[in-house]
Amino acid sequence: MSVNSTKKPARIVNDFSITVGTVNGSGSSTANNTILRAIFKMGIPVSGKNLFPSNIQGLPTWYTIRVNKDGFVARRDEREIVITMNPNSFARDLADVQPGGAFFYADDIKQPITRDDITVYPMPIKQLIREQKDLASNLRDLVSNMIYVGVLAQMIGMDLETIRAALTFHFKGKEKPITLNYDAVVAGAEWAKANLEKKDPFYLESMDKTHGLIMADGNTAGALGSIYGGLQFAAWYPITPASSLAESLNEYLPMLRKREDGKHTYAVVQAEDELAAIGMTIGAAWSGLRSMTSTSGPGLSLMTEFMGLAYYAEVPVVVWDVQRIGPSTGLPTRTSQGDLSFSAFMGHGDTQQIILLPGGVDECFEFGWKSLDIAERLQTPVLVLSDLDMGMNQWMSKPFAYPETPMDRGKVLWEKDLEELKGNWGRYLDVDGDGVAYRTFPGNKHPLAAYFLRGTGHDEYAKYSEDASIWLRNMDRLKKKYETAKQYIPAPVLHAMRGAAIGIIAYGSTESAVEEARYLLDKENGIKADFLRVRALPFTDEVKKFIAKHEVVFVVDMNRDGQMYQLLTVEYPALANKLVSVAYGDGMPASAKWVREGVLAKYKKPVAAKAASKPTKATAAKKVSKAKPASKSTKAAAKKPVKKAAPKSTASKSAVAKNSRK
Amino acid sequence: MTDTLPMAGANIQVNAVGLSKNDYRGNPSTLCQGCGHNSISNQIISALYEMNISPDSVAKFSGIGCSSKSPTYFLNRSFGFNGLHGRMPSVATGALFGDHTIRGIGVSGDGDTASIGMGQFKHAVRRNVNMVYIVENNGVYGLTKGQFSATAEVGLSLKKQGVNQYLPIDICMEAIASNATFVARSFAGDPKQVKELLKAALAHNGVAVLDIISPCVTFNNQDNAVHSYTWGKDHEAPLHEISFIPARNEIMLEADMQDGEIREVELHDGSTIVLKKIDKDYNPTHRWEALRLLEESQRENLLVTGLIYVEPSKPSLTDTYNLVDTPLNRLTEADLRPSRESIDRINAMMF
Repeated sequence: MSVNSTKKPARIVNDFSITVGTVNGSGSSTANNTILRAIFKMGIPVSGKNLFPSNIQGLPTWYTIRVNKDGFVARRDEREIVITMNPNSFARDLADVQPGGAFFYADDIKQPITRDDITVYPMPIKQLIREQKDLASNLRDLVSNMIYVGVLAQMIGMDLETIRAALTFHFKGKEKPITLNYDAVVAGAEWAKANLEKKDPFYLESMDKTHGLIMADGNTAGALGSIYGGLQFAAWYPITPASSLAESLNEYLPMLRKREDGKHTYAVVQAEDELAAIGMTIGAAWSGLRSMTSTSGPGLSLMTEFMGLAYYAEVPVVVWDVQRIGPSTGLPTRTSQGDLSFSAFMGHGDTQQIILLPGGVDECFEFGWKSLDIAERLQTPVLVLSDLDMGMNQWMSKPFAYPETPMDRGKVLWEKDLEELKGNWGRYLDVDGDGVAYRTFPGNKHPLAAYFLRGTGHDEYAKYSEDASIWLRNMDRLKKKYETAKQYIPAPVLHAMRGAAIGIIAYGSTESAVEEARYLLDKENGIKADFLRVRALPFTDEVKKFIAKHEVVFVVDMNRDGQMYQLLTVEYPALANKLVSVAYGDGMPASAKWVREGVLAKYKKPVAAKAASKPTKATAAKKVSKAKPASKSTKAAAKKPVKKAAPKSTASKSAVAKNSRK
Repeated sequence: MTDTLPMAGANIQVNAVGLSKNDYRGNPSTLCQGCGHNSISNQIISALYEMNISPDSVAKFSGIGCSSKSPTYFLNRSFGFNGLHGRMPSVATGALFGDHTIRGIGVSGDGDTASIGMGQFKHAVRRNVNMVYIVENNGVYGLTKGQFSATAEVGLSLKKQGVNQYLPIDICMEAIASNATFVARSFAGDPKQVKELLKAALAHNGVAVLDIISPCVTFNNQDNAVHSYTWGKDHEAPLHEISFIPARNEIMLEADMQDGEIREVELHDGSTIVLKKIDKDYNPTHRWEALRLLEESQRENLLVTGLIYVEPSKPSLTDTYNLVDTPLNRLTEADLRPSRESIDRINAMMF
């Protein structure tokens, strides 16, 4: 597959990806963020994803930046530009470069270059660092990453002034580290200008497509949104990838809720484990504080019993689940949408939880404050399901929007209200007919304000009861409340396409991959698809109408079992035969490729072989045996999963479309 | 409102906050007749009534088990939270942030605290949560009908369970090891001491752990068992008589208080507990002495009761958070939502 460069290939402008391979713990994040910010500052749509190991120091780690003039910034498999600083990933990084791509490497790595179909640029990192006279020896490794920023900047046309601006932002204006790092960038750029001949086709050119946008990660956005929602209490326990959400609370609360008397209107507690974190959050919520906790899969599992209590005893807590891939400890630094089914029914017994599904960092902000309103309005837990990709990576986004509605504290009675009612109230009395009763907070001085909250059976006045009819009445009311929730949760977002034959349902961080897949399906395959992005559970009528309107609806899940697909088939059994699962979960952020291939793998069936399901099965089996690994390295080939089509007639639980990320 | 029916033999009267003792009562107990827990509930009622603490300034917490049912049997006018097995401490920790003027009263058992809830117990102690933490300790699981708990003594024999093979956990020792600021032990059969220790515990700022041996009349009351009435009566060795004098009430002296060797410990709110030596000069402000006392009493097979350890000057959890004077749960949107202008500043920080 060699494309030897006898003549210079056509310029490729603002449409490629850059992957940097380094050693974990070597301080490359400043360098990579600087590249990302500089490109963003040049007005070019861009995304950056950290593909990191569960390790503090020593293992290989990658940072992948996608530049795309059309605004498609989902992860992409193809690697046009690869920079490697790591001898341990050198061979793999070299093999991963697309034919025609460019490979930059630290020239102290003495390993064979086995490719002649790419451009290779050795970089004398160590030598250039030694020439930095003012650099203390303990900073050499950290700053050496800035050399590759400079070399890359020179070779693809990144503006040095925007790099300086990015460093100024990163170091919050502190002159010394800015200068130290910038000098290394300049040294790299000058060396490249004098010594390297541009042979690859990749160029950056300034655009105006990021004007008015911000770059942020979902965890910061979620924390900020919660603060704008008047958050008063948070308890948490450290876990990847959720920790930075709580840490952001600690960072921004003192700034945003600063008072002249120096006193605090909030409390954040690092608990001893997730059991205690949710327990404290529930305690605080019961006593009338807007409360949340943040965690990831293993922590969420631990919170299960408490979530059942909060559902049944009706305590409004918000739980952020920044999903990572499970089961069990799984891959702690890899992303997933695998907690959806578990969250939906979290707790033993008949339990239905409210779930919000933010699709970008601006929605992480919005759902930050909205989730507190919804929880208090409905007096029930609200789970916000983000994921590692959204939570920890930098995304372009619309700026955060100030909450458009006042804080909704729901139905609360204070002393004055109880006097008006002459003390005639019951904690679980459904006076408004919406399933939501009134509550009081500890500290309320009215003699009839107090009630005894319990997870055991209770009547309308919170009194212990084992009476069967009272039990049923209460459970029916909770069901009614779940119906009421539909008017308060965010409605799905419809992206229609004229003449669309099929529908796609997706949620969360896969949005940009789905959007790109739709574009490609239309352009390359002539398939037009409407797209409904579901933003909450319970499902509302819009979802039902969308499924009913389309002959076939592909449900995109970033998990093995197609959990959204499963929930939809349970919710709408009469429409289940229209639903097709496109599910895949290997821990990597969604790519347009797997969405598109997943749809294509099953697309023919509902149209061409609709009448006969048995022959389809046979075809599917044949397809499996024919699937051949098409990969350039044996390592990659071994990992390549097969594609397989599912018999459409069965409500199969398992996900079937599996597409390699390579 | 105070026109309530008196209990037989009690005077019809109201306390300094205008409440009768009935205003402190709860529902009738559904625990077994003669259960030590009921006696403790009654002393909680008396202690709060006599200290003129309004029921709306305390909140009740419990986990799961016989002991955890008891908050229903006192203080109907207080808010209460009956949560999960072993998880009462975390709920109380969060809840007491809602209104920092509220004192928590937690009731737990030996299973709830020393088995399933050991971790949360020790962390609530370590954080100095502003609550009285009562362990109604009977060495047995009552509600599930008689299994060993972690405080059951080695060699104890129970029907269906056989002989206990493991050494017991000493709740007071665990509390002191976790830097508790108030640790006391009492015996449900000594209501006077229970009440006085409760008063001292209620006046303490921070966590006050009360390990009260409370015999189970149904499942663990053999005469030779540590958690039985007979054993307790024979082996009780009171450390000192203790009398509590609230700062705002000078008339609360006990009639039988004696002169003699007295040690005063000043509490955070300015009130004083007066400790009376019985058979040895014991300093309850000395952590090392407290551990030695517990170790010795274990070796000598004694049930030491009284105030074992107190450290009155350490700030409680809510103190350390420097909260606004208004209870957090009474703050409004004006206090809680950042200004509209601030959003531009925040967006400018996202690059």
